[in-house]
Amino acid sequence: MASATTSDCALIIASDVASGRRRATDVVSRALARIAARNPVLNAFTAVTTERALARAGAIDAAIAAGRSVGPLAGVPFAVKNMFDIAGMPTLAGSRINRDHPPANLDATLLTRLETAGAVLVGALNMGEYAYDFTGENAHDGAVRNPHDTARMSGGSSSGSGSAVGGALVPLALGSDTNGSIRVPSSFCGSFGLKATYGRLSRTGTFPFVSSLDHVGPLARCPADLALAYDAMQGADPRDPVCADRPADPAFSTLQDGIDGLRIVRAGGYFRAGASAEALSALDTVATALHANAEIELPEAARARAAAYVITASEGAALHLPRLRDRPQDFDPDVRDRLIAGALIPASIVTQAQKFRRWYRAAVLHLFQSVDVILAPATPCVAPLIGQKTFILDGKEMPLRPNIGIYTQPVSFIGLPVVAVPVCLPGSLPIGVQIITAPWREAVALRVAQTLLAAGAVSAPLPRPDA
Amino acid sequence: MSDSPIDLDAFIQAGTALLCIPVCPEWRDSIRLHLEISFNLGGLVLAFPLPDEADPAPVFHP
Repeated sequence: MASATTSDCALIIASDVASGRRRATDVVSRALARIAARNPVLNAFTAVTTERALARAGAIDAAIAAGRSVGPLAGVPFAVKNMFDIAGMPTLAGSRINRDHPPANLDATLLTRLETAGAVLVGALNMGEYAYDFTGENAHDGAVRNPHDTARMSGGSSSGSGSAVGGALVPLALGSDTNGSIRVPSSFCGSFGLKATYGRLSRTGTFPFVSSLDHVGPLARCPADLALAYDAMQGADPRDPVCADRPADPAFSTLQDGIDGLRIVRAGGYFRAGASAEALSALDTVATALHANAEIELPEAARARAAAYVITASEGAALHLPRLRDRPQDFDPDVRDRLIAGALIPASIVTQAQKFRRWYRAAVLHLFQSVDVILAPATPCVAPLIGQKTFILDGKEMPLRPNIGIYTQPVSFIGLPVVAVPVCLPGSLPIGVQIITAPWREAVALRVAQTLLAAGAVSAPLPRPDA
Repeated sequence: MSDSPIDLDAFIQAGTALLCIPVCPEWRDSIRLHLEISFNLGGLVLAFPLPDEADPAPVFHP
């Protein structure tokens, strides 16, 4: 598969725009044209903010002409999952019901921070309803299509984010990840994704799902762009009680520091069971490039996934209970029925899950005393066909939706930072690998991703013309 | 969790009535499937022995 040219990357765009080699207006116009040409097929965007984007791009060009500084993401087009507030628009969160909400008064915090860094919002992205989705299908706005094979899923719930970045419509998008919703579309669509430490990036101005587990973060076509976006978005936010009051820890400046001295291992046991040949090959490709031969087992990973599952089902149902009572018929049926089931889970199970979470966190952090990086598959398989309901997992036919996230859930359950990197195996669709570190070590995970890119082990492929 | 068969349909009917969630008959099979998955996974969670002193992960600070 052809890889992205460097001119597609945010880093190069920003440098070109800041230096005057390219105009922000031209960069953004070209992105809008790509979206117009390709979105009818991919269905990644639910709204394109053309007027706002061109006005913003014009302002950046004027600032540069006046000799003013415009920020490290000058002129970079980006889009946000439609659970991020965009001032003047209702925040859909992939739903029909939220269309009746009044427009947002303010932009979400992360959107504001990216614009402060010079990036230009071009639109809102399709997603699985209320983020309770791993497939990219949506009964109201239609399925998002995989840019590398449009008969296949984009993955979700940040489906539009994965497809728009994987399809090179934009170099940067924001998504959210509760149990895998950045990492799964990154894996299926061949993009890089960052799920930062729980509480690292502000959730202010985003429609919630599971407060105990919700993260937000960027998808991009290279680790440098992830790092630039991450650095622009970091920082405390008093309006988000979960957002950590920690000083920013810039990642871009250490991106080229390599992996010397890092203890990197593969996750074995649970994280190998049920993996397809492609998932294991991708993991081998990454591990070989990093000289990571040893294996480590995360204790009770299956139970961690189970605990994340019941917390999600229960908290998600509690959030939506008023809507389930008043408008159950207006939900995506695949989401509604899981929410109703979640509302019936006894509290004793959920309480135990939260207690187990503390135990599991301590057990896994103990592992990080002897290792720096753990590698694991992002998804058990490459992107399934749109509409597929089951797949083969460990030799058994299993429901697809609940099981796509088996490798992502035990990691996000305890808020560990992860960079998902895309591996392109010959003759295969892309598939992701998780680079997992201890809390607050996003810069290490990004360094590892950059090393892999430089070694040719990972890349964000461009879609074939006939995809 | 119980090894004896449980009438999940009755459980769903009672639980959704208690919570005032209207349920169409054609939704019941799907709701039951997801509840079975949740209870299977919930059983894994409940089976893990934790001492009485175990605290939940979230901690409230007044």
